[in-house]
Amino acid sequence: MSKLEIRDLHVSVEGSVRTEHGSTDAEILKGVNLVVSSGETHAIMGPNGSGKSTLAYSIAGHPKYTVTSGQILLDGKDVLAMSVDERARAGLFLAMQYPVEVPGVSVSNFLRTAATSIRGEAPKLRTWVKEVNSAMADLEMDKAFAERNVNEGFSGGEKKRHEILQMALLKPKIAILDETDSGLDVDALRIVSQGVNQVRETGVGTLLITHYTRILRYIKPDYVHVFFDGRVVESGGAELADELEANGYARYGVNEPAATEAETASA
Amino acid sequence: MTVTSTDTDVHVAPSGSHSHGGSGPTGSPAERFTSHDPDDFAVPTGREEEWRFSPVRRLRKLFQPFAAERSIELQTELPDGVTLSTVGRDHPLFGTALTPADRVSALTAANIGDVLLVSIAPDAVTDGPITLRSIGKPGLNYAHLIIEAGRFSSATVVLDHVGEATVAADVEVVVAEGAALTLISVQDWDAGAIHVAAHAAAVGRDAKYKHISITLGGDIVRLTPSVAFTGPGASAELVGLSFAGDGQHQESRLYIDHAMPQCSSHVVYKSVLDGDTARTVWVGDVRIRPAALGTNTYEVNRNLLLSDGARADSIPNLEIETGEIAGAGHASATGRFDDLQLFYLQSRGIPEEEARRLVVRGFFADIVDHITLPDLHQRLMASIDARLGAVAEPAESQEERS
Repeated sequence: MSKLEIRDLHVSVEGSVRTEHGSTDAEILKGVNLVVSSGETHAIMGPNGSGKSTLAYSIAGHPKYTVTSGQILLDGKDVLAMSVDERARAGLFLAMQYPVEVPGVSVSNFLRTAATSIRGEAPKLRTWVKEVNSAMADLEMDKAFAERNVNEGFSGGEKKRHEILQMALLKPKIAILDETDSGLDVDALRIVSQGVNQVRETGVGTLLITHYTRILRYIKPDYVHVFFDGRVVESGGAELADELEANGYARYGVNEPAATEAETASA
Repeated sequence: MTVTSTDTDVHVAPSGSHSHGGSGPTGSPAERFTSHDPDDFAVPTGREEEWRFSPVRRLRKLFQPFAAERSIELQTELPDGVTLSTVGRDHPLFGTALTPADRVSALTAANIGDVLLVSIAPDAVTDGPITLRSIGKPGLNYAHLIIEAGRFSSATVVLDHVGEATVAADVEVVVAEGAALTLISVQDWDAGAIHVAAHAAAVGRDAKYKHISITLGGDIVRLTPSVAFTGPGASAELVGLSFAGDGQHQESRLYIDHAMPQCSSHVVYKSVLDGDTARTVWVGDVRIRPAALGTNTYEVNRNLLLSDGARADSIPNLEIETGEIAGAGHASATGRFDDLQLFYLQSRGIPEEEARRLVVRGFFADIVDHITLPDLHQRLMASIDARLGAVAEPAESQEERS
């Protein structure tokens, strides 16, 4: 059993507020409290600009974000004292909303280097190839994909599948999925969600960050948290998502729907 | 890739300035000056546009005629369908693709004794590369090579330079109608070498020309690859890699002349500078003349600075004289490590040092991967690893790739 604890987390972003004299840091997260344990799926929903992605990046250790106070603990260990790669080796994984291109580095080389780092030893070649092929087949990815350069020229759907492929191979304790549903058509969303669900069966704790409710039809959350103005303002079960789907974020003073236009039309 | 631009010793021409050549009475920019007579070119002082980035004092001995010391041994490998011969300056192909555009090139053409001619027979599809390996010893040399790719032939020529020598070279390439020629020039010199070379190609109707330049070693390497299309429907792809360490000057000046319709050119040059006195220069001139309807051209230059004092100059330049083109553009970026790339790799558990090594190796591989000859590819990546001072990739991982 693993447990990720976020306690009264305050985070600022470098130079995000423009002033007369240039720019200054702005506080984006204003006291976040959250506990995610193995086997649980927590959905974090919130309107644009509420700080959802900042939370994801802060947990992963992105250099742009400064934690000004609060704690992040993984099984009692101080995550904030760890470097980005140490956090990943401790068992945290972030599926990014905008995965980064790395020219000249093939997917196969990247996956193997990452797996070697996470597992502490190079996986045996024969079993590794099988493992990668099987994980790729689950995500309906062509084998030729492994020879392409990391995220270079990938479509939106390919990037997200590649993120979930890494999650499947790196077997984190706690995975944070940042808007994994954004930019996906229905088919891609289904495939990616199936991939996530397979990994969930291994007992990973999942923090699913999303603006829209549609991914929650495929990935059923145990808990739903509404994120607004840099903190969790309401928590509940899956029924909270239904309420957001019906009424959007209006009751938090934001006129944004939580269902996509197509869904609203068909409802 | 997204390299963040910095202000550190980077000189990039404003992207809006698409006309640097100065206007004559016709409104067209000045022609690039060329001549077969060395005396038409003044001895460079370093103030001229085409020499202003070059270490002219260290090149002085190449600015006057010299007695060649012939200190380069040539090893050749020729597949079937290819002949290598020594001809004189009176050969009909001499000076057809290349009219010298600077004093060193003109002196080379004027003073060369033996001209090497590589002829690829029409329709020949060669099995394996044509390799001309120059093994240098200290001494002054002239070299003049003509590569003739016959109609509908397909071949790869490798010019491989190792050892230490001072060489002024002219390479002219005549690519006939429908032919496909790849010319790979490898500058894997030892320290002390000085290499100044003009590579001029005349590319015929529907022909495909690919020029790959990999510069790793030598004190000064200054290459001026140029392409002139002599028929419609042809394409040229020029890719290059420079890896400059302390004390190394690596300069690439490209010129692509679109005077024929429906031709395309694509340029990708990258350099890595690792050392406080490392220096690279990239100038990419593309001219699209009024007759070159349907032209498609794009140039990219990327420079990765690994040391504080290193300096990379990057000047793309596009002259467009017709509106009837398919596309034209350029991009240039010079910077240090991309923090986002490092974050992405580290977020997958890869330690920072290894993440940096992956990014740099990937930056190189992006260009070296254009070389489809496995032995040469492997040797160049090994040479890069050795020069990076990094441990080679685990053998197991290479096995996986093959």
